[in-house]
Amino acid sequence: MTSFAQKLILKEMSQFNNKLSIVRRGMVDNNPTFMLILGMCPTLGTTTSAINGFSMGLATMFVLILSNVLISAVARIIPEKVRIPCYIVIIATLVCVLQLLMQVYVPALYKTLGIYIPLIVVNCIILGRAEAYAKDHNPGDSALDGLGVGIGFTFALTILGMVREFLGNGSFFGIKLFPGDGVLAFVLAPGGFLALAYLIVIFRKLTAKIVNK
Amino acid sequence: MAMESSFKNMVLVLTIVCLVCSTILGFVYKATAEPIRLAEIAKTNTSIGEVVPAFDNTPSEEDTVINVGGKPYTVFIAKKGGEPVGYAVKSYSTGFGGVITLMVGITPDRVVYNTSVVSMSETPGLGAKIVPYGKFNAQFKGWNPAEKTLKVKKDGGDVDAITAATITSRAFTAAVQTALDVFDQLCPKTNTEGNEPVQQ
Amino acid sequence: MEYVIILISAIFVNNIVLSQFLGICPFLGVSTKVNTALGMTGAVTFVMALATLVTYLVQYYLLVPLHIEFLQTVAFILVIAALVQMIEIILKKISPSLYQALGIYLPLITTNCCVLGVAILVVTKEFTFGGTAHMLNLGESVVYSVASALGFGLALTIFAGIREQLSMSNTPKAFRGVPIALVTASILSLAFMGFSGLVR
Repeated sequence: MTSFAQKLILKEMSQFNNKLSIVRRGMVDNNPTFMLILGMCPTLGTTTSAINGFSMGLATMFVLILSNVLISAVARIIPEKVRIPCYIVIIATLVCVLQLLMQVYVPALYKTLGIYIPLIVVNCIILGRAEAYAKDHNPGDSALDGLGVGIGFTFALTILGMVREFLGNGSFFGIKLFPGDGVLAFVLAPGGFLALAYLIVIFRKLTAKIVNK
Repeated sequence: MAMESSFKNMVLVLTIVCLVCSTILGFVYKATAEPIRLAEIAKTNTSIGEVVPAFDNTPSEEDTVINVGGKPYTVFIAKKGGEPVGYAVKSYSTGFGGVITLMVGITPDRVVYNTSVVSMSETPGLGAKIVPYGKFNAQFKGWNPAEKTLKVKKDGGDVDAITAATITSRAFTAAVQTALDVFDQLCPKTNTEGNEPVQQ
Repeated sequence: MEYVIILISAIFVNNIVLSQFLGICPFLGVSTKVNTALGMTGAVTFVMALATLVTYLVQYYLLVPLHIEFLQTVAFILVIAALVQMIEIILKKISPSLYQALGIYLPLITTNCCVLGVAILVVTKEFTFGGTAHMLNLGESVVYSVASALGFGLALTIFAGIREQLSMSNTPKAFRGVPIALVTASILSLAFMGFSGLVR
């Protein structure tokens, strides 16, 4: 291979790596649940089962990616002092659109997640990423950031949901693994807090090596 | 990097953002209104289908409203060959965490064919056990109120309550009883034995 | 009498933080000192009561009559954001000292899930205070929101007290900060579950 071609391939790969690292940083270093401790309300409220946690994560990711892209696109024309209200209007519109779409395509899920769907508007993650990343970067990178953080959030919620569902109900994604009840406390509030505490500790321990790089 | 924060700019941008967003929302709303309505009807039809025997009409279009105890209840009539084979009553009662709404199917001989939970907000792991369809719900299948008393065992009846979820169990049972009361109003002389209608 | 039930229920039995999971972000973030906890409580109570009042009126006199209920999320959050902004301005003019005390928390409250959460709950959920399930009227809604805010404050203050003590003790390194706070919240939540037989 000519050295020119080699250089081109290396350059493409390093660009790809850069993009990949944006996603990775969103999933690990900036994991909203385990590292940044953001968006706690839906984290504890919708993880009574793995499916609910997973769905909530996806719904939030949908809003997060779109809001990151939109806000990044218009950030330059919005005056500094009025940016927060503008961002909030954009995010609220996205959540409203999500609500309508969910009512058409997944009405049962919409009812189960209940009040936590409109609460995505005030989910600190979305406004947080808009402020910390989207308004200073281009739409492409912002979308990747949204993707990374969204995947991290969905992952966290699903794991928490799995733990709570398994310990509290003896089932895995709805499939009962052993008859009878589990430790009821895990499906209720106290267990939620406890499971989250331990998961944070475990996650931080496991990712300490990657983050410190 | 951003536009200058003059008062005129701020008001202008905020207004434009609001206008654009409401336009988008208006469009999405118009586009989804009909599908949402159809999804609702489909859901009603599904729960009707779960609680009455096979039918060949469209019960969701043959409904009537009966008042019992000052509250309105919708009854969907399922027919086969023009004759009613089941009455699906959308009954509700107050549970522990809010209203429990059930679809209760009653056959013309005043026997509960089956039940289906339309909505509830009971405690997960306790009252919420009424979804998915389990042991508790199954006991109402084919329940003949002339043979068994429709109350939880604690209150002297024959209904097996969910452990540690007495209030939810009572509410569920009450909703089934209300459905029977609605049925009695709709079809007053359905007692095949010719006895006095059961008064509760 | 019903207002007393609402108060007890919202503060103890269904505590907004420890059992409904609303308002956790500030709960974990602002609860390191008892003084800040009290300040936050005052600000939250004030904003929540006003916000619930206004959003209730917006829902029933604007959204429902014009059939634009789907705009609920946008309308409510705008109301809350505007309200907080106005409160900040008014507070600065009327009572600079109070503004000094509460000022930093006010912007935080806009994105506080419990304010929006309670505002939405009050117009969508049917509550079971006083036996039958019903939608709350204006008076009950405001009482409910004040009670929820007080419940938030109670949990926050107790939590702050415990965390002040914890900061002086020897926590395992991996658990320091948020994890041990969550374990504490778990035990606190378990304790509050003991109230669940109080009402009804």
